[in-house]
Order: sequence, then C-alpha cells, then structure tokens
Amino acid sequence: MMQKQLPMHSGVNKMAREKGSVRKNFLKGLFTENPLLVSILGTCPALATTKTLEAALGMGFLFTIVLICSSMLVSLLRKIIPEEIRTPAYIVIIATFVTIVKMMTNAFLPELYSTLGVFISLIVVNCIVLGRAEAYASKNGVFDSFIDALGMGVGYTLAIMLMALFRELIGTGAFSFGTIFTFIPYFKLQIIPASYEISLFQTPAGAFIVFALILATIAFIKNRKAELKANLAKQEKARKLAEAQAAAAKVQAGGSK
Amino acid sequence: MLVTFILAIISSMLIDNVVLSRFYGICPFLGVSKKVKSSLGMGIAVVFVIMLATIICWPLYNYVLVPAGVAYLDTVTYILVIASLVQLVGLFIKKYSPSLYKSLGIYLPLITTNCAVLGVAQGNTDQGLTFLMALANGLGTSIGFLIIIVVFSAIRVRLETANTPKAFKGLPIALITAAIMALAFMGLRGLFTGINI
Repeated sequence: MMQKQLPMHSGVNKMAREKGSVRKNFLKGLFTENPLLVSILGTCPALATTKTLEAALGMGFLFTIVLICSSMLVSLLRKIIPEEIRTPAYIVIIATFVTIVKMMTNAFLPELYSTLGVFISLIVVNCIVLGRAEAYASKNGVFDSFIDALGMGVGYTLAIMLMALFRELIGTGAFSFGTIFTFIPYFKLQIIPASYEISLFQTPAGAFIVFALILATIAFIKNRKAELKANLAKQEKARKLAEAQAAAAKVQAGGSK
Repeated sequence: MLVTFILAIISSMLIDNVVLSRFYGICPFLGVSKKVKSSLGMGIAVVFVIMLATIICWPLYNYVLVPAGVAYLDTVTYILVIASLVQLVGLFIKKYSPSLYKSLGIYLPLITTNCAVLGVAQGNTDQGLTFLMALANGLGTSIGFLIIIVVFSAIRVRLETANTPKAFKGLPIALITAAIMALAFMGLRGLFTGINI
C-alpha cells in the first residue's frame, strides 16, 4: 500500500509541488491510510490508554510530537545514514525524541506522565513511527515528511479518541475534564445517569470489545460499498446485455422480413 | 522469599497478564496467532529474549547508568540492548542449533518491536524492583505471553471454520475472543486476596 504511493510522491518532490497534493498527503493519514483503523498498527497504546478521553488525547499528542520530530530528522539525514544500518539509526533517533518528550511530560504535565506510565517509553516500539521513518521519511523531503507525520499523528489521535469516547461514555456515563490536563478547570459532563453505567467498558475486556466493534463497523461499511458497486456493475451489465439482445432480435426480425 | 518469588511469577503471569490486562505485545498477539505452531515458536522466542533482556538491562541500569548519572538514557539503552540481543541470539542459534533457528528464526526480528520486551525492562527499573523480583516479573510475563498466544491461536484455528458474520471475519472476531479471554482472566483477580505478599 505504501509502496504504491511512493512513485507519486517522489514525482511530486521533483516537480513543483502541485496544488492540493499537500492536502491529500495530510488527509490520507486521517482516512484512507489511518494507522490504527486501516493499517492496524500501534494497537497497544490504543487499548491501554483509552480509558478516558483526556488520556487518549494526551497519548495522541505525545505520539504526534515524537512522530513529527523523528520523521523530520530522518528525512534530513536520509542521505547521510548508510543503507545497512538505517533501522538501528532510526530507532536511536526515535528513542532520543521519546526520552525528551518523556522528560518534558514529567516536568510540565506530571498527571499525564503518571497516567500513561510506561506507555510513553513504549512509543519507541510503536510500529507506526518506525514504519513512517522507513516507508516515507527516508525517501521524501522534510516538508512532505512533516505533513505526512502530522496527518498520521492526527489520524491516530482521532482514532484512539474515538475509542476513548465510547469507553468513557459507556463505562462511566460521563466525560470528565481537568484531571489530567490540570491547567483547565475540572468539570464533569454527566450524560448517562451514574447508576446505568457499564463499568465493563473501563476494563481491558471492554477495550477489546470497543476496538472489535469499530473495526467491524468499518468492515461492514466497506462490504456494503463493495456490494453496492457490484450491484451497480451487475445492473449495468444486465442493461447492456438486454440492449445487445434487443439489437440482435431487431436484426433477426429484419432478416426474417 | 521463595514464596514471594513464586507469587510474583504467578501474579505477573495470570492475574496481571501481559496481553490481556497490561496490553503489551498486542501486535504479535494478533499477527502471529493464526497457527498454533507458529505462535508456539513466537512465544518461546519471546521468553528467551525477555529473560536475557531482564538479566542484562537491570544490572546495566543500576550499576552503570545510575552511578554515571545518566539514568534518563534508560529507554535508549534498553532498546539498543534488545535490538542487539535479538541479533546476537539469532546468530548464536543459527551457529549452534540450525534446527532451532529454522523454527524460531523468522520470529526473532519481530521481537525487537514487541513492546512486551521493552515494557518489562522499563517496568522493572521504573518500579524499582529488586533483581530477584525483576527476574520473577520477566519470567512470569514471558510465560504468560506464551500461554496466552498459544491458547488464543488454538481458538483462532477453530474460528476460521466457524460461521461468523461477514463484517466480523478476521480481526474483529479475534478481538472479541480476546475480550472474552480477558473477562475470564479477570476472574483470577481474587486469587491472592488474603495472602500477604
């Protein structure tokens, strides 16, 4: 999937950047190549840090920063790093940015640091970061890599926030803000009465169920679209066949006259 | 001492299972679980690497990084240790036991990006565990991973032939299975209540 895209983008690099290609490059991370929902990468933090909307937003934010920084640095160094040792080099670059982000989080957002715990360190082994470095940043310019990383990061953040939305809403019946990002005042938005919450959705089992249902919904929509397309094609074919038959019948009728 | 050690192993193996409650290593759990044999190979390779990584990373952190005052380099160090460890183990097995290499070889490179390995190494030092407890954590976690991935793959083989709704085919039904397994493992939560660790 990624390889198919490459020639197009390298072409874009050589020529003047086409209008709209930047937007396309950004939007592909959100929809057609969404790292979590389409490529099924980075599942560990998606399941572990989506108990609350705030935690998911924090995770997505840190992840996006690491992804953007490492993609841009890899892109800058792509002509210097030798082909043979590129994977270790990328891992060191990523690990360095993760360490910086970890220390910054510990200093400025200690609540976020303690909520996410070891999962901040685990951004290092998140396949998306290494995957983008390998598949995109090592072959494209700094600006394109930045847009690609931004799109992927935002797409991933939105995807895990979608999971957190269901888990927090059904699991606690409310959205609470201000517990992790303490710079905003605390407020709680009770939507479902507290006695009707299904706390299963806050447990690990709930995480698996929500993820399964989201993937199943996507598969359902895809199947439906494919079916509609197939039906349309079938109708078109039937119509053509009928036309051809009618024409043949006409010819026959003309011949018999 | 011994009781604490054994309880810590069982606790990190079953109660706080690596995949189903701590969410480490979901990628190989979903990716390499279509056949029992390959999931067994993956599981054994993970046990091997996690144990070696624990044995190397814990002393490295406590006797090298901390005295040198660069404890913040832990993540970089661990991932380098793990990556080179995976390479070395691969070379070593290839040289001395080609048959083992044949069965484990393809899973070894995948382990570098398995977050269970880094998660255990990082967790051991983040929580300030003693070396013995770190070993127990490594052993319990990795065996927990082995058990879960083998059981899960055995279920998945059956699921292949089951009549699942079209939209749930493949990954979604596997995730639902994992959810039910997680529910079952939640039942083990009360196992140690009353025992003072």
